[in-house]
This record gives sequence, C-alpha cells and structure tokens, in this order.
Amino acid sequence: MYGREIHKIINMRKIYFSLICLIISCQSFAQDSLLRSISDSLSVSGGTQYVTGTFKALYIVNMKTIEAPAAGALNFEIQHRFGTINQGAYHLWGLDFATLRLGLDYGISDRLSVGIGRSSVLETFDGYVKYKLLRQTDNPASVPVSIALLGTTSYYTDKITNPKLDSVFKSEYRLAYSAQILIARKFSNRLSLQITPTFLHYNLVDSSNDHNNVFALSAGGRFKITKRMAITAEYNYLFPNQLSSYTGLPLHNALSFGWDIETGGHVFQLVFTNAQTMNESQYIGQTVGSWGKGDVYFGFNISRNFNLKPHNKPKA
Amino acid sequence: MRLKCCLFLLAVLFSFQGICQNYMTKTGFIGFYSKTALENIQGENNQVYAVLDPASHHMAFAVLLKGFIFPKELMQTHFNENYVESDKFPKATFSGTCTGEMDLSKDGIYQVVVKGDLSLHGVTKPLETTGQVEVKNGKITGSSAFKIKPEDYQITIPSIVRDKIEKEIDVKVQIVWTRNT
Repeated sequence: MYGREIHKIINMRKIYFSLICLIISCQSFAQDSLLRSISDSLSVSGGTQYVTGTFKALYIVNMKTIEAPAAGALNFEIQHRFGTINQGAYHLWGLDFATLRLGLDYGISDRLSVGIGRSSVLETFDGYVKYKLLRQTDNPASVPVSIALLGTTSYYTDKITNPKLDSVFKSEYRLAYSAQILIARKFSNRLSLQITPTFLHYNLVDSSNDHNNVFALSAGGRFKITKRMAITAEYNYLFPNQLSSYTGLPLHNALSFGWDIETGGHVFQLVFTNAQTMNESQYIGQTVGSWGKGDVYFGFNISRNFNLKPHNKPKA
Repeated sequence: MRLKCCLFLLAVLFSFQGICQNYMTKTGFIGFYSKTALENIQGENNQVYAVLDPASHHMAFAVLLKGFIFPKELMQTHFNENYVESDKFPKATFSGTCTGEMDLSKDGIYQVVVKGDLSLHGVTKPLETTGQVEVKNGKITGSSAFKIKPEDYQITIPSIVRDKIEKEIDVKVQIVWTRNT
C-alpha cells in the first residue's frame, strides 16, 4: 500500500516534469515556429522571382547579350578597337590605329529595347530592336532560360572614290540585316552562357558564289572572378560554304575574349578579338583577321547607364 | 488525480490554440534609405510577410530581397548581385518580442520596445529598437525606424563607391495586421 503511494507520487512528478518541459519547449518553439512558418510560406508563395544579372553588360564583346536597359534607362556604349597587335613596335602594337562604334540603347519597357549606333568602319550606321520573350526564374525554377529576339540593320555610307563603281554601290546594296534568337542561362552566380542562332541577309556579297542568306551560330559566356569582375569569351561560327571571302580576303570566325570590370553605373570591358568591326553583319560574316597570324585587335567597351525616368515598376 | 492531469493537458492544448490565433499579413512594408551628396538610394518592399502572436507579443518578419524596388533599376541589380547576394541569401528575417504596455484588445497608441534578431546576408545580429503600435477598429499598425550598418552584416562596399552610400542606412518598417480568421 505504502509502496503504491510512492510509486504514484513518482509517476505524478514524471508527468508534471514532462509537462513543464513541454511548456518551456512550446515557448521557444512558438517564437521559432513563428519565423519558420512565415519564412516557409514566403519561399512557397513569395511570387515569381526573375533571375537578374545574367551578364553585366549589353555586349559580351561584340555579341549582344539578353540584357537590356530597364524601362526608361539609356545606355551609352563606346566600343573601341585599336589596330592589330602584329603590327609591331613601330605602330605600338596597333595602338596607333583606332576604330570606334558609338551606340545608344534605350529601354522602352523592361522587355522591349531599341538601339542605334555609328561605326567608323565604312562609316556604318546601325539600328536594332530587342525583345525579351522569356525570363529565367529562380523561384519557382520553372523557366530555365532567358530568350530574347533581336533584329538589326546596318547601312554603310562609305564614299566610293571610283566613279565607275559608284553606280554599283547604290544604297540598297549597302544594307545588311540580321535576325537572332538569344538564349541564355545563368547557371550559377558565376557562370552564364548564351547561345545565339543567327540569320544574316546581305543585299550585296563578294561574288556570285556567295550566298545572300547566311546562317551562323554564336556562343558566349562569362565567368565571374570577383563580385565586380568577370572573364568573358565568345565565338561566332559561320556555317561553311556560304561566304568565301570579303573584299577578296579569306574569312575567319570571330573569336573574342574580354575582362569585365563593373564600377557602379559603368562597365569597362577590355577585349581581345580578331574582328575589327562591331556590327552583326560585319563581325560574323566579314571578319578577315586571323588569330593564327596575330591579327588580334586589343580594345575596350565602356558603357554608362543614365536613368531618364524613375523605374518604379508595380509588382503583380 | 487523473482528472487533474487531463484538465492540465487540456489547458496546455488550449494555450496552443491561442498560439494559432496569430495576426498575419503578406503586404507589410519595409523601406531603406541612404542619402549622400553624391547619390540617393532607396529600396522599398511591399511584400513583407509578418506575423504577430497577440498572446506572447512575439513577432516575425520575412522578406525576399529581390522584392525591393529601386527607382534606378541598375541599382536594384547591383543590390541583388553585389551587395546582399540574393542568389545565395534570398531572404532577410527578423524574429523578436515586443515589450512595453500594450493591450491589443483596446484601441490606442502604444510606444513599445522591440528586441530580437535580424538575419541578413547570412549574418544574424541582435537588434533593439523602439516602435509604435496603433490599435484601431480591429487593425493593428506596427511601425518602427532604425539604422543598420551594412558592414555589420558582412556586406562589403568597395572604396570607390563608399562615399555614395551612408555609413548607417535608415530602415523603416510599417506593418498593418488584421485578425487572421
């Protein structure tokens, strides 16, 4: 009888002790769970989050990236190429020479942007329209890539000194067009790759053996080495048996490397490329420089962003 | 004795019920502001998840850093890419307790002290600030303003832009709760 009483008391103590433990754990559990519950529901239903900063700039080197100025933002782009480095010390490894493209890019909306440019090579004017069709998402990760459509036109105004040829180089023969699909994926914070199938149309080509409609495939990427620096590369592959030459010189595929440095509203890109020109119709289908022969142009791209309108986009 | 135990257990269960009767919103506001001679920076977020336990006065906030909207979109990209690294640390959270005289069942304005932990950029730091709670027609509006140093949360700012960003960033919080039923 006495033994049973003690047993009962011990039992009761056990129950009370466990209850007190439960209450204490409840207290801390309540505070943790409060945070956990909203943190989890935020992860689940916090809305679609788009991947940002796939590339730092609008250009890898010559290739246009899927990036575009935001609605109301204007980008000023200076693309500069010195001469080829194989010209030796006399021409200071090409630094005596310069070709330039000045460009303006403007975001009509976050998806639609337009640009104009003027290159010193053949006094070429160019214009483009870019539309972001699809944006990669990271929450939920349902859209694996960003896709943009890009159409460009170039028109060169270089004066022909030979009066006999003047009639040949009528204005319609100075036009070239390109249509591209830009497909890019930011694989990680560091690595982004882009692949760009390209269709080019030249109103005038070198010879009757050359095609006016030309297909190419460009690929490029960036690898961030620090938060504000990246190494980039791009290769523009022109499918064979379409174009044989440009101004009588054999063609090469444009291969370029760059080093991106970002400082606030500026991006500096130091580049090495075998393409002297900076328009799609020119660097993809008319590159005559060869890496093997040392026809490598050192140069840089500088971009500066201006906000013409405040960008307070309403969230859906 | 057994009956007592049962009653006690029931009481515990009911207290759990009480915990479940929380105030919750998904549209709280957090904004931060930095003003220097060179640059004004502001980021605002209207999608703050916030919950308040009226019994214990515990509260918790969670926010997606990508949801901060800047008037200059490039700043927004830089904020996410270079500063808070929202790919690695997508959320900022706060968990803490409100102390001070406050009766959530009565209309009135109460000055309170909020103490808790703020997690940002993978770093958790204690935070203590004053705030105001206004109860009116079943609505509870909590607001607070405080300053945080980016460096405290291991957010590094390159020397080239250091003068464009204030040493201490003003943070404003405003949460409106209605009873979650």
